[in-house]
Amino acid sequence: MKNVTCDVAVIGSGPAGLAAAVAAHDQGAEDVLLIERDAGLGGILQQCIHNGFGLHLFDEDLTGPEYASRFIAEAEARPIRQILRAMVIELNANRELLAVSRNEGLLHVSPKAVVLAMGCRERPRGAIALPGFRPAGIMTAGTAQRFINIEGFLPGKEIVILGSGDIGMIMARRLHLEGARVKAVIEIQSCIGGLSRNLVQCLQDFDIPLYLSHTLTDIHGAHRVEGVDVAPLDRHGKPDLSGSFPVSCDTLLLSVGLIPENELSRQAGVRLDPITGGPLVDQHYQTSVPGVFAAGNVVQVFDLVDHVSTCGTTAGSSAARYAAGEIAAWDDRMCRIEAGKGVRAVVPQRLTADRDADEVHFYLRSGSVMRKATLQLSNGGNESLFTKRFRIVRPPEMIHVAVANGDFIPSKSYAASLRGEIT
Amino acid sequence: MNLARTDVLIIGAGAVGTALARELSRFEIGVTVVDRLNDVGGDASKSNSAIVHTGFDAPPGTLESAMVVRANPMYDDLCRDLDIPFRRTGAILVAVTQEEEAELPHILAKAQANHVYDVTPLTAQQVRELEPSVTSHVKAGLHVPRESIVDPFLLVAAQAENAIENGAVFLTSCEVLGLRRDHDGFYAETTRGEIRSECVVNAAGVFADTISGFLNIDDFKVHPRRGQFHVLDRAAPLGIEHVILPVPTPITKGKLLTPTMHGNWLIGPTAEELEDKSAHNTTTEGLAEVVEDVRKRVPDVTPAFAISQYAGLRPVREPGGYHFRTFPEFRGYLELSGIRSTGVTASVAVAPYARRLLADMPVLNRVKEKGRFRLKENVVAKRKGIPCFREADTKTKEALIEQDPLYAHVVCRCETVTEAEVVQAIRRRPGARDWDGIKRRVRAGLGRCQGGFCGMRIPQILARELGIPLEQASKKGAGSELLDGRTKSLRGTS
Repeated sequence: MKNVTCDVAVIGSGPAGLAAAVAAHDQGAEDVLLIERDAGLGGILQQCIHNGFGLHLFDEDLTGPEYASRFIAEAEARPIRQILRAMVIELNANRELLAVSRNEGLLHVSPKAVVLAMGCRERPRGAIALPGFRPAGIMTAGTAQRFINIEGFLPGKEIVILGSGDIGMIMARRLHLEGARVKAVIEIQSCIGGLSRNLVQCLQDFDIPLYLSHTLTDIHGAHRVEGVDVAPLDRHGKPDLSGSFPVSCDTLLLSVGLIPENELSRQAGVRLDPITGGPLVDQHYQTSVPGVFAAGNVVQVFDLVDHVSTCGTTAGSSAARYAAGEIAAWDDRMCRIEAGKGVRAVVPQRLTADRDADEVHFYLRSGSVMRKATLQLSNGGNESLFTKRFRIVRPPEMIHVAVANGDFIPSKSYAASLRGEIT
Repeated sequence: MNLARTDVLIIGAGAVGTALARELSRFEIGVTVVDRLNDVGGDASKSNSAIVHTGFDAPPGTLESAMVVRANPMYDDLCRDLDIPFRRTGAILVAVTQEEEAELPHILAKAQANHVYDVTPLTAQQVRELEPSVTSHVKAGLHVPRESIVDPFLLVAAQAENAIENGAVFLTSCEVLGLRRDHDGFYAETTRGEIRSECVVNAAGVFADTISGFLNIDDFKVHPRRGQFHVLDRAAPLGIEHVILPVPTPITKGKLLTPTMHGNWLIGPTAEELEDKSAHNTTTEGLAEVVEDVRKRVPDVTPAFAISQYAGLRPVREPGGYHFRTFPEFRGYLELSGIRSTGVTASVAVAPYARRLLADMPVLNRVKEKGRFRLKENVVAKRKGIPCFREADTKTKEALIEQDPLYAHVVCRCETVTEAEVVQAIRRRPGARDWDGIKRRVRAGLGRCQGGFCGMRIPQILARELGIPLEQASKKGAGSELLDGRTKSLRGTS
């Protein structure tokens, strides 16, 4: 077994990992290791051949591979060591990791700091206990995306999509353009799960039927999917079987949520936030385990890749500073930031109050669609540390605000809350 | 159609048929096993609660009780010989109401009547000491120390591998469409041609009545009783190490919670009497009923822990009970019917018993000596499993990669399954012919992402190893192909 030491090891080379590796190097880490399970860098971006990436960061409308190529070029311009086709299978609390590489066999890596950038995975059928038969032709939207865009194979001809997450809507359009018939997109909520722009550009522009407040009640077909039963929800949110109707199809795609991938984080004993599913992090994106940082969709599922990259940059440069002894582990003087009324989740959840530090960037999700919403950050008293108004907030679209660090008082707890007209 | 010949044709490659094939393959007997499905493992045999029962609650004095009680102690040696995981977890029967508590002495007496003498009463406190996740409302319980868990698919597949090594033949996707007896033996018409044999063993489970029906034996019916299950994530904070059994009522045995050999838990099953022998579907009501019932004993269980669901059809014979029958007018025909949900457990005791029933008939005389079948000279008694990367220590991992570099390619992230294991699953005999076969042999795609990551890699390896186009790679045989064809720009290319 090979033993490898380095300043910063980054696990995953998607947008978060690439940005983290580049930033770690630029911050002065001499030896940066980028570990990727696929044959090339870029992660899931490589299969996202649609546009819409980079509007915030580059002020350009790029495809996924184009967006990735910008960061890959940055990474390759630096002496960052890449280990491709390698899977990290163990990580412990001392930041030692075990990877298995197709070229080099087992690798034991002992870095001074680690950045977790494994991204997220899709919620499968079993996680929502979808009843019916178990034929071929049921897959997550992201798996279908890889089938089509990377491998060049179509999953089927007549498609039903359950869930209106972004990948689901994007795949509806993609399959339509490939000549498949997308017969229905079914969403259990009363509003779509993804971005508004995808509703317009992926479904409405192609007349793809969207059924809000509907769900699947059965899957037919012993061998290959033959059809599904769709039912509207009644007032109690239960399927109203009297209104149920069949839709014949040979393929069912699922776009019913993304879950941060934290198998390794758990192994290392990183404390997770039950709401986001990712590690609790501070403003440096350091986790509860000293020297272990987390970036991108590992922390929480972001709406835009631009935010993922920004988060990766912070995590990477912080990891380099930790390796250089410039950042300490968590202590009990840290502030806690909690999701208060109307807020589903807030990141970061911890903060080291520091008058001299840069402003802190918070990413929040609202609990519901709200008009004329007011976001407040307060410490329980009447005094609000930060207030901002929004015309409308929607759960799928994240709220991003920057707050001056100097206003936080060590050891205090703060809550972010949203008030407004719930629609 | 081609005509194949064999001494003993076993219909059904489930637990019973495969255990019998392994048993017979030790002797100088030609054995052919056919199954309508694309793999061994049967129907009920692979979708059940994965428990090796003691027989403590079987109907005393029955053939079923005799077989199950005899089988349980055989498992330690058997699983060692087959190199498959087996664990004597023990079971705790949990009473949560006064009525249930009042039943416990009767269950204890029944255990004794079944010659299962190691069942002991537990106080509420003792139950909670053994399993702190059991409800604080528990009244009392019983401890059944030898109730155990096994991977039922591997149990069947490993026996099939061993049987093949000793000369047995397995034909999958081979459905029996007709069966007749002529002066020179039995003729089975199958979807893969006609097979002539001196003996036929009906181990067709839920279809046992159809097979006997071909010979106009129509004094019984088999209908399916559906059992729906949830598989729970191994990360679920349950910590349960025993099989948690409910107190059975006259109507149902109730729903259990059991650890699996792979660190997950199962909850289920429902007990739904159906007519349709292909109703392998789960239902909203059934799945909800399972969670609701198990929560009476383990309140921490929630649907949020579930990663997968399945339904199995266990055969229910009318009239009931295990029936191992021979018929003077059909010399060489052995019907093993009515083997219900205890069948996986019982199968290893049924096999030698059935072999003796065959030997007692005036058939296969040329391979008999003094009324017994002649043993083969070089019988392979043991089978080695596919070395598992996930469970190997670091040194062994290194050695595995040294032997086969494909061990360094992890294709299933959730279960840490490598390409080497997938390739071995396909190359073994009987090998995986489809994705379900790979899942069941080496677990690729059975983890919490349920194939989201390995969804592309597995079909590619399957196609490569089987020498078929990717479009023919299937989930469970013909008709269940995973892909439709090329994308627009690649159409016409290969």
